Amino acid sequence: MGACQTRAEHQYQDLADKTGFSFEQIKNLYQRFQQLSGNEETISRANLDSMPALANNPIRKQIIGAFFDKRNQHQDEVGSCDQIGFEQFLMVMSHFRPPNLRTTDEEKEAMRKEKLRFLFNMHDSDNDGTITLAEYRKVVEELMSKSGEIGQETAKAIADAAMLEVASINVPNMGPEEFYEGITFEHFEEILKGLEMESRMHIRFLDVDTSTMRCGKSQS
Amino acid sequence: MPARRDSHSPSGKSVPERGLLLLIVLVLLQGSVLPLGAASSPDTTHNDYVDNPKEKEENYTKKAFPVLTFGYSHIQAPFEISLWILLASLMKLGFHMIPRVSSIVPESCLLITVGLLVGGLIKLAGEDVPPVLDSRLFFLCLLPPIILDAGYFLPIRPFMENLGTILMFAVVGTLWNAFFIGGLLYAVCQIQPANPSILHKMELLPCLLFGSIISAVDPVAVLAVFEEIHINELLHILVFGESLLNDAVTVVLYHLFEEYTRAGIVTVLDCFLGIISFLVVAIGGVLVGVIYGLLAAFTSRFTSHVRVIEPLFVFVYAYMAYLSAEVFQLSGIMALIACGATMRPYVEANISHKSHTTVKYFMKMWSSVSETLIFIFLGVATVDGPHHWNWTFVTVTVLLCLVSRVIGVVGLTYVINKFRIVKLTTKDQFIIAYGGLRGAIAFSLGFLLKKNLFPMREMFLTAIITVVFFTVFVQGMTIQPLVELLAVKKKQEAKRTINEEIHTQFLDHLLTGIEDICGHYGHHHWKDKLNRFNKKYVKKCLIAGERSKEPQLIAFYHKMEFKQAIEMVESGGGFKLPSAMPSTVSMQNIQPKKPPPAKPAEKAPSQLSKGREEEIRKILRSNLQRTRLRLRSYNRHTLVADPFEDGFDDLLIKKQKMIELEKKIKDMNNYLTVPAAPPDSPTMCRARLSSGKDTDFKPALQQKGNKTGPDPQSYRAKPESDSVPTFQVDLASPQSPDSVNVMDEFRRADQQRGGVRGEEDHGLMMRPHKTAGCGGVSPPITNQRDGCFTAPNILFGSDTNQAKTANA
Repeated sequence: MGACQTRAEHQYQDLADKTGFSFEQIKNLYQRFQQLSGNEETISRANLDSMPALANNPIRKQIIGAFFDKRNQHQDEVGSCDQIGFEQFLMVMSHFRPPNLRTTDEEKEAMRKEKLRFLFNMHDSDNDGTITLAEYRKVVEELMSKSGEIGQETAKAIADAAMLEVASINVPNMGPEEFYEGITFEHFEEILKGLEMESRMHIRFLDVDTSTMRCGKSQS
Repeated sequence: MPARRDSHSPSGKSVPERGLLLLIVLVLLQGSVLPLGAASSPDTTHNDYVDNPKEKEENYTKKAFPVLTFGYSHIQAPFEISLWILLASLMKLGFHMIPRVSSIVPESCLLITVGLLVGGLIKLAGEDVPPVLDSRLFFLCLLPPIILDAGYFLPIRPFMENLGTILMFAVVGTLWNAFFIGGLLYAVCQIQPANPSILHKMELLPCLLFGSIISAVDPVAVLAVFEEIHINELLHILVFGESLLNDAVTVVLYHLFEEYTRAGIVTVLDCFLGIISFLVVAIGGVLVGVIYGLLAAFTSRFTSHVRVIEPLFVFVYAYMAYLSAEVFQLSGIMALIACGATMRPYVEANISHKSHTTVKYFMKMWSSVSETLIFIFLGVATVDGPHHWNWTFVTVTVLLCLVSRVIGVVGLTYVINKFRIVKLTTKDQFIIAYGGLRGAIAFSLGFLLKKNLFPMREMFLTAIITVVFFTVFVQGMTIQPLVELLAVKKKQEAKRTINEEIHTQFLDHLLTGIEDICGHYGHHHWKDKLNRFNKKYVKKCLIAGERSKEPQLIAFYHKMEFKQAIEMVESGGGFKLPSAMPSTVSMQNIQPKKPPPAKPAEKAPSQLSKGREEEIRKILRSNLQRTRLRLRSYNRHTLVADPFEDGFDDLLIKKQKMIELEKKIKDMNNYLTVPAAPPDSPTMCRARLSSGKDTDFKPALQQKGNKTGPDPQSYRAKPESDSVPTFQVDLASPQSPDSVNVMDEFRRADQQRGGVRGEEDHGLMMRPHKTAGCGGVSPPITNQRDGCFTAPNILFGSDTNQAKTANA
């Protein structure tokens, strides 16, 4: 892997600037990336689909979809791609960086927006800027997809109740003939403001070499 | 004996208590003299009232039959206990009636003051102050309810997420405090060579023992203060969690040092054994708790037949866990916490809603009475205690407590922050340090010390009390302004919305997925594993029926619906339209006017032909357009049909029984004659009609486990509230004996009223049965009041039903 490393060495600086990861983290993620892609330059959907660890995840499809969604890669592009390189992989991962003690309030706010946007994009599958009822239902259905028949049947009711809640929080006074189009990003922010996304939506990216140290440091 | 009378005189301000006081005085004039101490030691009192009747029997023969006798002595103990509780409760009540005071001074301070006054009055009367804060009474009766309450309602999620930090503070922090305070105290005692004082006689081990007693943060004090300042969840759980978990450390250190003081020497082996003992005490306590918790959960699986004793299991198992842990000198507090936290999710799924409410209220009631008593007793004990005030010792102790706490918190946070992702800021550290209140546990432990082993016992007690008073009064009173001053984030009071719940779950899965993709097994990965294990095996064993398969989100959804329904019933009185939700948004606002083109394709290939589906959709939609209150009424219906929520029936019925009866009886006059013109809007009629339909078809749906409609179009119109209970009770009765009782009551009330009205009585009584019995057969009666009999509804109902099956 020495060749990759020397080649990557100066690239890392570039990536670190873009994503905010540290060198060690990038190195670890790169190892993982290669492991997933089978030492290829890019990862395809099939690579992620075949991961056994994801098999039990009810929202597997959406997670994988998010990796191949161009909106999540900080380029002003829309649509999805079939293959992503390491840089794109890292870009998606960068949405899950935790804030640190030095993060200012504005940065936190920006971070929160970015994280929420990531979630919003996961829901808004047709990229029209709103999460419609149908889209929301699909999300809840997926979420319940591992919980059997009851889940599937209640999913719709739950999605509807949730949608109604969004509508009543954001547009409290609606005439009977008006129609709530769907959740816009502003409304999405509003309903999830209690969740403290900036500090919650993160995972621990390991700083040390994963191969030598398994998860010794991951407990807080 | 005036001990008792006087002990209550300060509360004689209120009228009822004045009366009581009078009664007591009367009784006491006659009653034999017994120290109140008897109240706290059941053994002595028991003997007393066993003995007394015997004496009386001997004298009995000659006398004429006494018309009125006084036998105070045999009721003394329970009577006194009740009086103390009454005093405590009245005090608590009093503080909440004075609006200004409670916002400035924490309740704990006020209660201690009351205790001081009571104690002072007893002293003034020249009586022996009862040893109210006796260690046995405290540890066996007063403490468990508070801890159980804390454990049962422990916010598990934040607790587990911060477990590392909490353990660090609880274990390392407490150890540090104990040794720092103990060691420096010893050092301070050794200086001052000029004036020889008794401090010179202090040895190291008693100092360390004292340090270990005084170093532990007290859950009772922390709860009392933190509940009033509404601090954010993270800080709350950090301080509170610490106060709970440091019990194991305190227990071990206490026994260790007590033992060593007796032996006089400490070897390395002893230290090693101490560490082992700590692990045993902590893990053993948790294990005992978990075992009892699982037992309780398992028991609650079968209680559906005898709902009334359901809540009892929660309490008894938890108390047994506490006692069992205490038998082996394990950490009883940790056992209780573990027991409460383990049993809760399963028990809640098993027991009825009513039982759940009972459990909740009983726990809150017991813990708040205990807390009140503890603080009052602390005051009384302060006046009573044999004090030995030593300026140096006391001031040094208070100072050391503060210093060591600050150093401990800052130092530990420095280490912890290296591992934490959400770092603790300086403000957080300050609040954690400042929130380290000491309380009655320390006092009780000090009380347990034996005079012959610790000649400094009195001085220790005085110092402990001073520290407790200092923390509770000074820190407890200033923490609120400080929190405001520092603008520490407060707790959000808002209820959890369903969107938040959905996204919490979504986030869990998302983070687990991302972690898996990253290829390392962190927090989320293990949590997911545990959750799956829980769902697959544990829930099946411990939760009865379908509930075990219910995912969390659905459970939350049902709970929310249920709450809304209750709110609606309470606010609307059952008659008005629900006005709880301020918005006018209804289902049709969010419902797409035309079916989204993408939708059929997205869905799994339906068994229905597209034309048929469209047709059903049209029918359903046309029905949907007619009323705007579907969602709420729909909620209500699901609940009504949900056999698990039998508590709901009751609530509905109780609320409306009387009004409803009157209305019905009024209706009786035109019952089965001419259909009365509906008194309300056409919408309501429609609502009533479909409510009938709904009830009729519910049993069929339930058989398929079809609890809620899969399609939003099946949202049913709002049933008129007065017709609901009748139907629903009948439906629910096979599963829920509770509602049968209510039904009986209901009928009895009916009979009483109907009896006056003669013939009408019959019709009235038959109604529920008839409705349930022939709903599906569609009898030809078309009465607006008994909406379910209308043919169109039946038709509509079956349509809905088909749609459901198709979608399923």
